[in-house]
Parts: sequence; C-alpha cells; structure tokens
Amino acid sequence: MEAVAVPPFERFYEEQQGPVLAHLRRMLGRDAADDAFQETFLRALRAYPTLRHGRHLQIARNVAVDALRRQRVTSAEVPDLESVDEPLPYEELRCITAGLPQKERAAVFLRYGYDLSYEDIGAALGSSPEAARQAASSGVRRLRRKELP
Amino acid sequence: MTVSTELDSRFREAAAAEGLLDVAYELHDTPVGRLLVAVTDHGLCEISYDADPEAEVERLARAFGSRVLRSPRPTDDARRQLDEYFSGKRREFDLEIDLRPAREFGRTVLEELARVPYGELTTYGTLAARAGRPRAARAVGTVMNRNPVPIVLPCHRVVGSTGSLVGYGGGLDRKRQLLEFEGALSKP
Repeated sequence: MEAVAVPPFERFYEEQQGPVLAHLRRMLGRDAADDAFQETFLRALRAYPTLRHGRHLQIARNVAVDALRRQRVTSAEVPDLESVDEPLPYEELRCITAGLPQKERAAVFLRYGYDLSYEDIGAALGSSPEAARQAASSGVRRLRRKELP
Repeated sequence: MTVSTELDSRFREAAAAEGLLDVAYELHDTPVGRLLVAVTDHGLCEISYDADPEAEVERLARAFGSRVLRSPRPTDDARRQLDEYFSGKRREFDLEIDLRPAREFGRTVLEELARVPYGELTTYGTLAARAGRPRAARAVGTVMNRNPVPIVLPCHRVVGSTGSLVGYGGGLDRKRQLLEFEGALSKP
C-alpha cells in the first residue's frame, strides 16, 4: 500500500500520450517515434510513484536522443517529416540545408529545427558538444555565404 | 495528436508483461451488465457493477498503488471464467483473490462465503456463525455489501433468515437474476 501522491497512471497516460507522441515525432519522425513512445512510457511507469511533474518530457527527450545516437544521424537522413500530422515548420529548413555537408546539415537541423541543445546534438551525432556547435555554426556560415533564397 | 489503437494496445500489454503494474483492469460485458474486472500480482482484486472507471481507478490506486492501467491480458483468466459461468459451463471459480485490503473479520467472512456452493442459499446469520461470531449477522451484511469481487465470491447466495433477498451491492434485480440463473430461485 502506498499513499497516492500522484494521479493513477491511467489518467497520466491518457493525458500525456498525445503530447509525448507529438514531441517524439518532431524529433524522430513517425516510425522511430512509435518505438520511442513505448520506451518513454515504460520508463515513466518504472519511475512513476516518484516521478516529478513534467519529468516525463525529459524522459521522452532522452529516449529520442538515445534513438538518434543509435541511428547515427550523421548521414543527415533527417526524419521523414512528411509523415508528421501537423504543419511542417521545418520544411523550409529542409530545403535550405539540402546542399550542406551531411554533418553540418544534421547539426543545423537539430539545432534550429528541433531546438536541441548542443549537448544533445553532440550525443546524437556521436561527437562532443563543442564539435556539434562548430558544425552548426560552420553550416550557418556556409548558408550565409551562399546567400540562399 | 491521436495515438493509434495499435500503439496504445502495444504499450498497455508491454506494461503488464514487464510486471510494472500495481493493478491491471478491463471492462467486460456480461448478462448482468458491464463489469470492471481488476487484478494485482496477488490475484483478482475487484469486480464492480456500473463502474465509473475514473472514480474506480482512483479507488484502486489508493488501495493498491498508483500504477493502475487498463490492460486486458492479466484479466483474461478471470474474464474467461466469468464467461464460462454465465454460459452455464462453470460452477466454481478457480482464481486467486487478493483480499489484502480486507480486515480480519471481513476476510474470515469472505473466506467462508467462498465455500457457499453454486445454486444454494445461506443466511447472514449462518455465515456469521461459520465465521465464529454467531451474533454478527448485521456485520456480515456490511461485509457482503463491500464484497470486492461479487459473483466470484457469491454474496448473491446470502439471504435473510425469512428468505427475503434483503440487499445487493449491484441491486436486487441482479441478485434475483443470478439466483434464478443458478436455479436457486424459481423464476416468477
């Protein structure tokens, strides 16, 4: 027996499944997001009786970063954003960055499209945060020089 | 964003398979209406009539822990046995029952109740005597009223000393329906 300091998991899950899936799809695209969805809620469930408010979104981010790290997105195979249900604020970025070297493209995309920290981007790309920062700023410089539309 | 049924079911199943739930439950349709059937690691912990799932989930969380999730698989055995009972193929339930929340006398009474055979009637007073407190018929009534697992623990077979049905947590109509079904009462 334990005192209920948190709502029953069923209620938490019903409320948060939509936001979490949307969050994961923005980071990973549709297919990888489905796998990450289950892993996120299993981790949240393990920690649930002492889970702090809002902490599950951090868990979702960690799961997504782990997934990105496994995929080694250095190929700049950016997630298939067309499959996301919502309007795509990234579509423009996707076109603009198309000509960049792969690592720079991935760094720019993750920084400006997904708003990840350089720490997370470094983890996803298999490099240090500093290297991720350099790749992103080098990519941005390159875009400026080209004066793309 | 809407989570697909498949993704949702997959998570609910995985949560139970990994042993992460304090309580798994499912809603189940029967001839006496839709029942909420809930189980813990210790067995069947609840059957409720006319459940408001939201309120019931809160109650289960208070009694057994906050990790309560609708997840059908762990309840399969209980629901299958209920189906067999209602189709006339089963007269005794073979299920572990989680009576941890029941207090001492209540637990003794419920254990005695479990021995009342299919299709037979007993009285509150008889049950009180079997539980070692012959004058506690009224207290037995209270225990019956709070029976966590009606049908499986057959409180519908307990009637007043004059033969009146007295009361039932799920309503007297259901008590009558169950007893007629078991052949303990003749149909009007």
